[in-house]
Amino acid sequence: MGLENLLTHKRSTILKKWSDVVIETYPPETAAFLKRQKDRFANPVGSVVFQGLEDIFGELLQGIDYERVSAFLDNIIRIRAVQDFSPSHAIAFIFLLKKVIREELKKEIKENGLSKELLALESRIDELALLAFDIFMQCREKIYELKAMELNNQTYSLLKKAKLIIDLEEQESCPNGDNTKNL
Amino acid sequence: MAVQKPEELSKIDYKPPKTSWMDTPAELRKDMFCWGNKEKSLKTVGFPNARAWSVADEDWKLPENWKEIFLEGLKERLSKYRSFQLFMDICVRCGACADKCHFFIGGGDPKNMPVLRAELLRSIYRNYFTTSGKMLGKVAGARELTYNVLKELWYYAYQCTECRRCSLFCPYGIDTAEVTILVRELLNLLGLNIEWIAGPVANCWRTGNHMGLLPHTLRDTVDSFQADLETITGVKVDYSFNRKGAEILFVNPSGEFFDPVGNITFMGYMLLFHEIGLDVTLSTYVSEGGNFGFFTSNEMAKRLHSKVYAEAKRLKVKWIIGGECGHMWRVWHQYHNTWYGPVDFLKEPVSPITGTKFENAKSNKIVHICEFTADLIKHGKIKLDPSRNDNYKVTLHDSCNVSRGMGMLEEPRDIIKSVCNNFYEMPPNTIRENTFCCGSGSGLNASENMELRMRGGLPRANAVNYVRDKFGVNTLANICQIDRAALQALMNYWAPDVVVRGVHELVGNALVLKGEKERTTDLRGEPLPGKEAK
Repeated sequence: MGLENLLTHKRSTILKKWSDVVIETYPPETAAFLKRQKDRFANPVGSVVFQGLEDIFGELLQGIDYERVSAFLDNIIRIRAVQDFSPSHAIAFIFLLKKVIREELKKEIKENGLSKELLALESRIDELALLAFDIFMQCREKIYELKAMELNNQTYSLLKKAKLIIDLEEQESCPNGDNTKNL
Repeated sequence: MAVQKPEELSKIDYKPPKTSWMDTPAELRKDMFCWGNKEKSLKTVGFPNARAWSVADEDWKLPENWKEIFLEGLKERLSKYRSFQLFMDICVRCGACADKCHFFIGGGDPKNMPVLRAELLRSIYRNYFTTSGKMLGKVAGARELTYNVLKELWYYAYQCTECRRCSLFCPYGIDTAEVTILVRELLNLLGLNIEWIAGPVANCWRTGNHMGLLPHTLRDTVDSFQADLETITGVKVDYSFNRKGAEILFVNPSGEFFDPVGNITFMGYMLLFHEIGLDVTLSTYVSEGGNFGFFTSNEMAKRLHSKVYAEAKRLKVKWIIGGECGHMWRVWHQYHNTWYGPVDFLKEPVSPITGTKFENAKSNKIVHICEFTADLIKHGKIKLDPSRNDNYKVTLHDSCNVSRGMGMLEEPRDIIKSVCNNFYEMPPNTIRENTFCCGSGSGLNASENMELRMRGGLPRANAVNYVRDKFGVNTLANICQIDRAALQALMNYWAPDVVVRGVHELVGNALVLKGEKERTTDLRGEPLPGKEAK
């Protein structure tokens, strides 16, 4: 049996173990809640993580569509980027899949001589990690952009109120939070 | 955070250690806390221990007897507020509140479970004020008040938006927000506030509003709204400041003079008041409905609140209308009567247009703008063209203080359904009294704590995303200025393409004025449906 068939065969066990180790990166009290509460609105983090891991695993099995997998990764990383994780911790959940697969399929890989296939799969997981790194950075940059934008807007409003600057084309001012073009 | 070596980083077992919460010291993380208060902000209102200090410093420059001050303050409040004593004693740690806080749900820090956040103080209470705590210490859930414990209290007191969602689920009726309110009050005895609260309090006390906008600036601002409205509608709406003898004083959050989204909401009020010919005045002295004193101490909240009635008396108005604000209504609804009892120099509010008596405002003499507008609509007193809002698919974020705090659930919905053709509710466990906080309330809408705001707002944004994906919702309506200022950043991170609007912005768009020209744009200057440039 090839590695892909093995992964398909053991899909639910691997996914369960992968989501367990990912959820366990949270403090124990939090991990218990994330596993217990099934309502997606009462527990958005748990629900996004479980769904996201399933989607990502599906991509690995059926061949990666980079646009699609980026969206799946984004759902999880956007959350972890604002939680108490260092950057390495935030994206480590990708690498945890390697660990789970090696442990779960150790015997079968050895018996069927699948180490080459395993290497290929792990390279695909590494690619996901690189994508994850980009997404994590985009999220963090967005946070800093939001900070800067709020300060820019505030400064712009104050300067305008103090009549130190004047907006000649009022219609160009944008109340949706983008006044930088006026600065 | 200590620098980790590559071999440490590559250890991919990230299971956090299992330690009890008391043995897990708080790490004060940048991006999570707001800057500490400035010396001048405390001096302005005569608060203790005004000095320059920084959260990031080891030494917070506390008075030598800081522990004594804190414990004496705690003792005083336990005897003064029976409810506080009960909240300290009766929690059985059943956990009903534990997973209801938006900060815990979004961030995952166990100390943001309301029960645990309150335990941070309860453990100190037990240690110094209960026999079991004194005798058994940690076994009885008691601990010493140390410098680090004090820092932990400060860190988490400013990670609670006092939204009261947790209290909804407590079988004993413990209001954990009140515990946060008291912790903040105790911290203020030591000069430990945040500048995003202390600054606005000082400005409000001295100048009349959070930003410190001066009377001529307010006048210029409203003048510019008047000019914009004339361009858009062809009608010159009138307004007045400080007009003695007006029937009604209008009090609104000053963010509406300053914040671009709030500006448009205010323009909506102006159109409405003009159209019905309301005898209403604004005030430069009371140019703030918000009350950041409420996020500081009971006494400070009262000091700022008293200005509103002093001005109402001076101007000899009959009653007051209040604008789209959140905590302003919590103060009015839940604290005002305890402080002052019924106001005897104002009249019971009656709408001059419909004759409706606002009996719920008999004591305070203040009516919520949404109640007032919903009443006008119900009686068919204003002409509306909801198709002008047809570009918007709208959902409503119930502002915590107004919905959960004072029980106003239908009025904003009634208004939206009359001025818009496309309204969609978010899921039931995320709206009305179950509403999820914006994550920035109670003075936490600073910029430096953006990470905290994003995680706190996650449950709200998650529900917005659901209606965005399901129904194509592109507009998040609300009736709170902190929401208007904070939710747009939240949407930009979690739910791009969703625009935040005040309910009276939507009213202003739909309102058909007598003698108006054919409108081509909404109040933001964006083309109305069917009026896009070809």
